[in-house]
Amino acid sequence: MNILSLFVLIPVLTIIGIILSRSHNMVRWVALAGMFAQLVTAVVLLFAYFAVRNAGNTDAMVFYQDVEWFKTLNIHYCIGVDGISVAMIMLTGIVVITGILASWEVTYLQKEFFISLILLATGVFGFFISIDLFTMFLFYEVAVIPMYLLIGIWGTGPKEYSAMKLTLMLMGGSALLMVGLLGLYFNSSLDGHYTFNLLEIAKVHIPTNLQMFFFPFLFLGFGVLGALFPFHTWSPDGHASAPTAVSMLHAGVLMKLGGYGCFRVAMYLLPEAAHELGWIFIILTTISVVYGAFGAIWQKDLKYINAYSSVSHCGLVIWGLLMMNKTAMDGAILQMISHGLMTALFFALIGMIYGRTHTRMVDKMGGLMKVIPFLSVVYVIAGLASLGLPGLSGFVAEMTVFVGAFQNPDLFHRVATIIVVSSIVVTAVYILRVVGMLLFGPIKNDEYLSLKDAKWFEKLSVGTLVVAVAGVGIAPLWLSNTIMDSLTPIVERLSQVW
Amino acid sequence: MMNLQDFLTMRHELLLILVAVIVLIGEIFISDKSKHVIINLTIILFLLHTIVGFLPIQEGKLFGGMYQNDLFRATLKNILNIGVFIILLQSSAWIRKEENHGKISEYFILLLSTLVGMYFMISSGDFLMLYLGLELATIPIAALAAFDRHKNNSAEAGIKLILSSALSSGILLFGISMIYGTTGSVYFTEVAANFGKESLQILGFIFFVAGMGFKISLVPFHLWTADVYEGAPINVTSYLSVISKGAAVFIFTIVLYKVFGQIAEMWNILLYVLAVLTMTIGNLFAIRQNNMKRFLAFSSIAQAGFILLGIMGSNQAGVTSVVYFMLIYILTNLGAFGVVSAISNASGKEDMRDYNGLYKTNPKLSLLMTLALFSLAGIPPVAGFFGKFFLFTSVASLNDYKYYILVLIAVLNATISLFYYLRVVKAMFIDPSDNPIPYFKTDTHARIGLLICVFGVFLVGFVAAIYEAIYKFSSLI
Repeated sequence: MNILSLFVLIPVLTIIGIILSRSHNMVRWVALAGMFAQLVTAVVLLFAYFAVRNAGNTDAMVFYQDVEWFKTLNIHYCIGVDGISVAMIMLTGIVVITGILASWEVTYLQKEFFISLILLATGVFGFFISIDLFTMFLFYEVAVIPMYLLIGIWGTGPKEYSAMKLTLMLMGGSALLMVGLLGLYFNSSLDGHYTFNLLEIAKVHIPTNLQMFFFPFLFLGFGVLGALFPFHTWSPDGHASAPTAVSMLHAGVLMKLGGYGCFRVAMYLLPEAAHELGWIFIILTTISVVYGAFGAIWQKDLKYINAYSSVSHCGLVIWGLLMMNKTAMDGAILQMISHGLMTALFFALIGMIYGRTHTRMVDKMGGLMKVIPFLSVVYVIAGLASLGLPGLSGFVAEMTVFVGAFQNPDLFHRVATIIVVSSIVVTAVYILRVVGMLLFGPIKNDEYLSLKDAKWFEKLSVGTLVVAVAGVGIAPLWLSNTIMDSLTPIVERLSQVW
Repeated sequence: MMNLQDFLTMRHELLLILVAVIVLIGEIFISDKSKHVIINLTIILFLLHTIVGFLPIQEGKLFGGMYQNDLFRATLKNILNIGVFIILLQSSAWIRKEENHGKISEYFILLLSTLVGMYFMISSGDFLMLYLGLELATIPIAALAAFDRHKNNSAEAGIKLILSSALSSGILLFGISMIYGTTGSVYFTEVAANFGKESLQILGFIFFVAGMGFKISLVPFHLWTADVYEGAPINVTSYLSVISKGAAVFIFTIVLYKVFGQIAEMWNILLYVLAVLTMTIGNLFAIRQNNMKRFLAFSSIAQAGFILLGIMGSNQAGVTSVVYFMLIYILTNLGAFGVVSAISNASGKEDMRDYNGLYKTNPKLSLLMTLALFSLAGIPPVAGFFGKFFLFTSVASLNDYKYYILVLIAVLNATISLFYYLRVVKAMFIDPSDNPIPYFKTDTHARIGLLICVFGVFLVGFVAAIYEAIYKFSSLI
């Protein structure tokens, strides 16, 4: 059996295991074991991938498997990975397991919580391994829908409103996607033998006018999930209301589906339209980046701050992709991974702090460094990664994006670059402001004096993420090179003159 | 010359009439005290009939082409059979009640005779047979809708149904008469051959669409639907919304393709408008409903709009997507109706607010309802996703900008529908309640029915062989 199918099979088995579990304790251990197995598989995949590449395999996708599904419609269960997908799978594996650890003490409808969470993860893993667009879309929707229950049942604050808003906006996005996907399908061949296979469609030149028609559908469709301005409004509300693990997974991984889809489907398959219409989306993402950063300054709720910062960082992902050269795109994908780890870390910490202080309002807390030093130090590390301190993952990603972006010689791209670079300063403002108010200064509430620092599972959860963030920051080259190799066919297709 | 052998072409119809007759005879010989036996008797007989329906059939035409049967039409009948079987199982608890004691066999006989009408309708080879089948299918349903005759709204439902059906039949007949007058024939094949796009023929065609529009409850011919669905007993409502509608959709598709195939471009525009209206208005009204039956009524109106998209594809894949979607729709909607019916039987509650906190007390029913609603909304991994996807694929195959816009409108409508389906999910899982519906045990029959729905909803999506089989038969349209 193909190793990639395991990524769908293991979560499904884990879900069955959870359903059969008898006790509270057993449920969470089964969930943890299942997702640990998943992470191990991801690591095995990573090394297997390197081995295959070192052996001289230069196929666009490796571990390729193609099983016919709906014969007359030529729909296949077709899977395969390149360096980018492998990196995303690794990211997902890490975030999911830390998410499980962060929700170790969920008690209300615990079984259902873990089932929904793992179902969500199944969708994400499935999405990253898919080559057939039908399968990809199927997994995409599988990933979106458990969000409603996760936020609606286990969330806080105006959870019903947020859950509904998020679900409807994302489903609205998939309405756009649906049109785009069908457009690709029915133009994928001249002789009537249509296909949903990415690699097959990439061999066809779709007429320019059709490309121009379908590109906005696909790009916006994925862009909604990537929090593209002005379709980002689900993100702050959704993240703020969601329970910890869901915020982690959603900001850390699910939003990356958007960025991934943008280049893997929209830009790769419709390269001419990407060139023609790219400027519109560059403007929109520039607004995303700047607006998200300024939005974060005004917020007082920790989760809202991080949600707006996610809008800003995810905007940078799509912005970097739209710069359409190898360096910038490489940086954008590094940014996906870096932001995924970083934001998961942030949301995990916020959840843990909220669990202790029962408030997320920055101005009500203070001096936490004295009472919960472990969590506070990690918070500082996450903050520094977020504002792009060298040695941590954020710096590597942002630097690469900006270097790549400035290679575009024309005025428009350079102005956009300068505006976006300036948002780094704003990022520093909101990060440092929060760190100062939250962690230092006098303790504002006497009850905080009796707070306990992180428990073992919390330490394990954030520790894993810190190691990953530092790992990417200190030794980025292996990751960067892997991504770079896999970007080659995409960039070639984008720069090809038809 | 016809001999006995030829008659076996009508095996589906004959067997079903036999079942109805046995039930009728049973009614005479079974004593008043043990009338409940009829329920199990009917269910078992119908199960046998359903199974026999899948055996190889004899294809052919009868009565000079008025009646025809082939693998495609047999498949349609089998799909309806599955739905009716589930409905029979679900109505067991309701019909067992004291108030229905004297009417047990009536219910089954009426139900089965409408089904015979639908069989004839599906197998019709000319407009006359189509009309006969349609009437046979409609009139007993009006009696069924008024089954709870001591209730005002049930009687109202009956009279509303019979009046609007009479009107729509009139319109349909008027249209058929124009077609007959201009082409000189009522046979499908001859009408198709003599169809010259004259304006009177087109007018006849439009009357035909309007008449069928009533049966499928397309907007703007939908006004009877909500009241009838609300007033009729719940199992009759589910029958109306899946079986009745299913049969009408099947014959509508067959006639459009076989008879009016030449003016496909014209009816594509007509259906375009009808589809947009039906989806949008059905959805917008569904948002406002709190009664579960009215809610499902409007949701089923919206679903009919989606089905039109499949018909517009005008090719074999289009027919397949319609039939495939109907199969999924029958299983899904009956799942939802099954839960509503079980709750209504156990507690008499039919309001959405009564469902608050249902997950705490009745987790299995809530999960089932959630699955069914997700399938109706077209969310994977349940079958509704595949059904909707293929409907949209069918219309997109015309590969024109305006049809892609239609797909966009349709999927946005699916998103709106998700909003109100999620309202029910929210009530069951999230909203707290001081007075939730207490735990109850669903009767065995209804359980089997719901189980079939659940398995169906998963299997039909993932097992591509079902789709391929329908595709193969669809060439016979």
